[in-house]
Order: sequence, then structure tokens, then C-alpha cells
Amino acid sequence: MSEPFEPKIVGFLCNWCSYRAADLAGSARIKHAPNVRIIRVMCSGRVDPTFVLKALALGADGVMVAGCHPGECHYLEQNYKAMRRFHMLKHALQAMGVDDQRVRLVWASAAEGQQLADAIDQLVEDVRRLGPLNWPANWQEDAQRLKALEKIAHEHAEAMEVLS
Amino acid sequence: MSKPKGKLALYWAASCGGCEIAVLQLDAKILDVAEAFDIVFWPVAVDAKVRDVERMADGEIDVCLFNGAIRTSEQEYMAQLLRRKSKVLVAFGSCSHEGGIPAIANLNNKNEIFQTSYRDTPSTENPNGVYPQPETQVPEGTLHLPVFYDTVRTLDQTVPVDYYLPGCPPEADRIWDAITAILENKLPAAGTVLGDDTTVCDTCPRKRSEKKIKEFKRTWQVIPDAETCLLEQGLLCCGIATRAGCGALCPQVNSPCIGCYGPNNGVQDYGARLMAALASVIDANSPDEIQRIIEQGIPDPIGSFYRFSLAHSLLRRKKLAKAGE
Ligand code: SF4
Ligand code: SF4
Ligand code: FES
Repeated sequence: MSEPFEPKIVGFLCNWCSYRAADLAGSARIKHAPNVRIIRVMCSGRVDPTFVLKALALGADGVMVAGCHPGECHYLEQNYKAMRRFHMLKHALQAMGVDDQRVRLVWASAAEGQQLADAIDQLVEDVRRLGPLNWPANWQEDAQRLKALEKIAHEHAEAMEVLS
Repeated sequence: MSKPKGKLALYWAASCGGCEIAVLQLDAKILDVAEAFDIVFWPVAVDAKVRDVERMADGEIDVCLFNGAIRTSEQEYMAQLLRRKSKVLVAFGSCSHEGGIPAIANLNNKNEIFQTSYRDTPSTENPNGVYPQPETQVPEGTLHLPVFYDTVRTLDQTVPVDYYLPGCPPEADRIWDAITAILENKLPAAGTVLGDDTTVCDTCPRKRSEKKIKEFKRTWQVIPDAETCLLEQGLLCCGIATRAGCGALCPQVNSPCIGCYGPNNGVQDYGARLMAALASVIDANSPDEIQRIIEQGIPDPIGSFYRFSLAHSLLRRKKLAKAGE
């Protein structure tokens, strides 16, 4: 029997709030799904759309970006920038056939360990329902390709013999 | 005695033919090219056959300018052949460099494309549902057509590439710069994109102040004024994320840059760079308003952000619909 599907989630967490919330969740022994690989960034505004695309292209099933609540960013307005980028990215991802449940922007302050844990659980559950994304499989051509390439080489070699 | 001539090859794969014209735009300088090189293979202009290339020794061609993306097995075969036979392989133009316009077809798969082309278009009459097949039996034997891929690829997703000459098509001056660099043996490190490393905005003569946008407009909705930055007038101008090299041709004729010179050095994903830049000019802080501005103003996000670079992007294509989906 095949293993049950365990979603791989990448989480970009702001150092000043959500990352501390995750820390707090840990020290307070709040349980959450173990599927998220956390990457600490200095601010949600540091998360370039490239990071999210790269995570998906390398095989993540979902991505979470988490930062300080609007108005509470340590770099003033950067989480608003994150919000605008995130909407832009989501708009593009939908057009690429990525279900918008797979990428999520979350606000969690340093005190909100429980809220962050809940958001992680929710994302994992939603992605589990959607199934694996397995993006790199998207551009594998079928076996016809190699066969065709061999065929061309073979036919050209044959023609060459006839001609010489 | 004059020094022996180099050998030059030019080839086209999935492309429109514009790159061939761009070479002719060299004008009288094409004679200098012919002076320095024997053109040993150029299907559009020279009567040399594929078997002539196959007969050459490996590395016998000094420089091959390869335009067009890779969409079929025949194109992949030619890319492999020309790679083997050429000392220097240049991805010439957007399609070869980043997939170009043909790669927008990565929003569909082979079946969808065949159904549109051979069934659904109003001018098609195909009652028996005949589609191109890689193999067809006829009394005389088996006929072969190239295999049509689901996904368009760039040249460097197919074979190793030495240099890139961006643009749709590359500007004649830039082509000449590249040829001079080759002739004078002044080529930069392999892997370099032959072009500037600033943005189109840096070379654009329009007046810029603070960019704050409440609405993206489509080109047919406004007649922009000729002086102010087009992005500030709400048009989705890609100059902010696009490599310089064309001399800001499009904004100079009142048309927004659509990004044909591709990304600058160090940018992994052109569309991501553009999304980040465009997001920062949106003048709104509430999620609903942000969403409205984006959805209303950018109805075709992939065509807008990845017009020339979908194959080269991190995701490369839309999620592939499996048979029956
Ligand atoms: S955004 Fe477009 S119009 Fe504005 S400065 Fe840049 S290239 Fe010129
Ligand atoms: S302005 Fe932009 S789209 Fe126009 S030629 Fe230059 S790079 Fe290409
Ligand atoms: S510092 Fe936390 S989102 Fe900016």
C-alpha cells in the first residue's frame, strides 16, 4: 500500500512576530502539524514572489507567508507591500492552475502561538485534501520524445549511407 | 595571406522568422559578416542541408546563432546537432532565450492545441477527426512527423548554451556588437547575456515622479500623453523589470514596454520581478481594494507578466491537464 500523503509546506515567517509565535507555540507545547518547514525572514516584505514560486517549483505542496498584523510591521509599511505582492502572485498562480488554497498569507503577532498553530493546521488540512502538487512532473514529456529523437538520428544515418 | 574565414551557422526552431529579418537589418554590415565568415548553414538563405552539418566534424562551426524555442523532436534534434558541431552556441532572440511568444502555449497542452488547430477553428473541416501522428503507415512504408511536445522549452533547457542575445527580435546594433565581440575575440565569460545590465526605465526619456496607481488601464482605454511615464499613467509598462538594450523603443512611440529583452542579471524569474515591482506602485492598503485593482486591471496575468518568458520561468508552464481531465 502507498504511504498516506503528507503535504510539504514551506513557511516564510517574519522574525519579529510570526517566527516568535512559532517559538511560543513550541515552548508552550501547543501542537500543530509537523509538515511545515519554517524559513525565518526579517519581515514579510522580504518575501519576494520568487521565493514562493521556487518553493512550488522545487516540490512544495503549499506555501505560507506570515508577518506582523497590518500597522505593526517593524519596518513600517512593508507588510502592506507583502499584501499587495501576495495578491498579485495569487492572481498569477490561479492562471497557472495552482489552487489558491495552497498559498496563504497569515498575520500572527509574537503572542499568537495558538493562532499560528491553528493556521498551520488549517493549511495542512486544506492541502492534504487537494493532494500532491508535484510541480516538476508538469514538464516531463512522455516516452514518445526519446523514441522520436532516436528515430531521426537513425533515419538520417540510413539516408547518409544511401547517399555516400 | 588573409586569415582563414570562420564558419557561421544560423538556425531557426519555434519562431516567427523575425529574427532572420533582424539579421538582415544589419544592412551593409552583412557584407562584413560574409567577409569574416563562411555561412555554412542557414536554411532561410543558404542552400546547405542538414546532412552537410551532420558530415562536419564536431566543433567545426565556430559560431551558431540559434533562434526559436524547442517545441518538437525535430527542433530538439537540431539543437543537439548544432550544439555538437559548434564551438560557440548563441541563443538568439527571446524565443531561444526564454521561450518567447511560442511559450505562451505552455498555458495549454498538446491535445488542446491540436483540438483548436485541427478541429475548432472556423476554417477547419475535419469530419474524420484526423490529427497529425508521429507515425503513419502507407503502402510504401512508415511516414514520420516530428513529435509535438506538451511544453515549449528554451534552448538552454535542451542543450548547454554559451551566450544569449535577448530581444524580440534583437536590435541590429546589439547583433553587430555581438558579432564584433566574436570577431575580436572579446567575448565575456560563457553564460553571459550579451546586453546592458540596467533597465529599460533607465534608458527611457519619459518624465518620472512618484508612482502611485489606483487603476491599471489597458492600452486601448487611454491615449497616453507623450511625456509622462506610462506606468504613472496607469499603463502596465514592463520597463521597470526589463533589461535595457533596445533604447526604450516602445515607450518612445507611446506604447508600454512588454518586456522582450527579458530579465536583468541575477533575476531568476522575470514575472516575479515584475509582479514585485508593480505591486509596490499600487496605492491601496485594504485587501479588497488591492484585489479589485489587480483583477480588473490585469485580466491576463500570465500574458502580462510572462509574455516572453513563460518557458524560462520557475514554473515553466500551467499545471498540465492529464488526459481526460
Ligand atoms: S515604466 Fe515605462 S514609460 Fe515609465 S520610465 Fe519605465 S520604460 Fe519609461
Ligand atoms: S521597450 Fe520593451 S518591449 Fe519594446 S523593444 Fe524594448 S524591451 Fe522590447
Ligand atoms: S517586521 Fe514583521 S511583517 Fe514586517
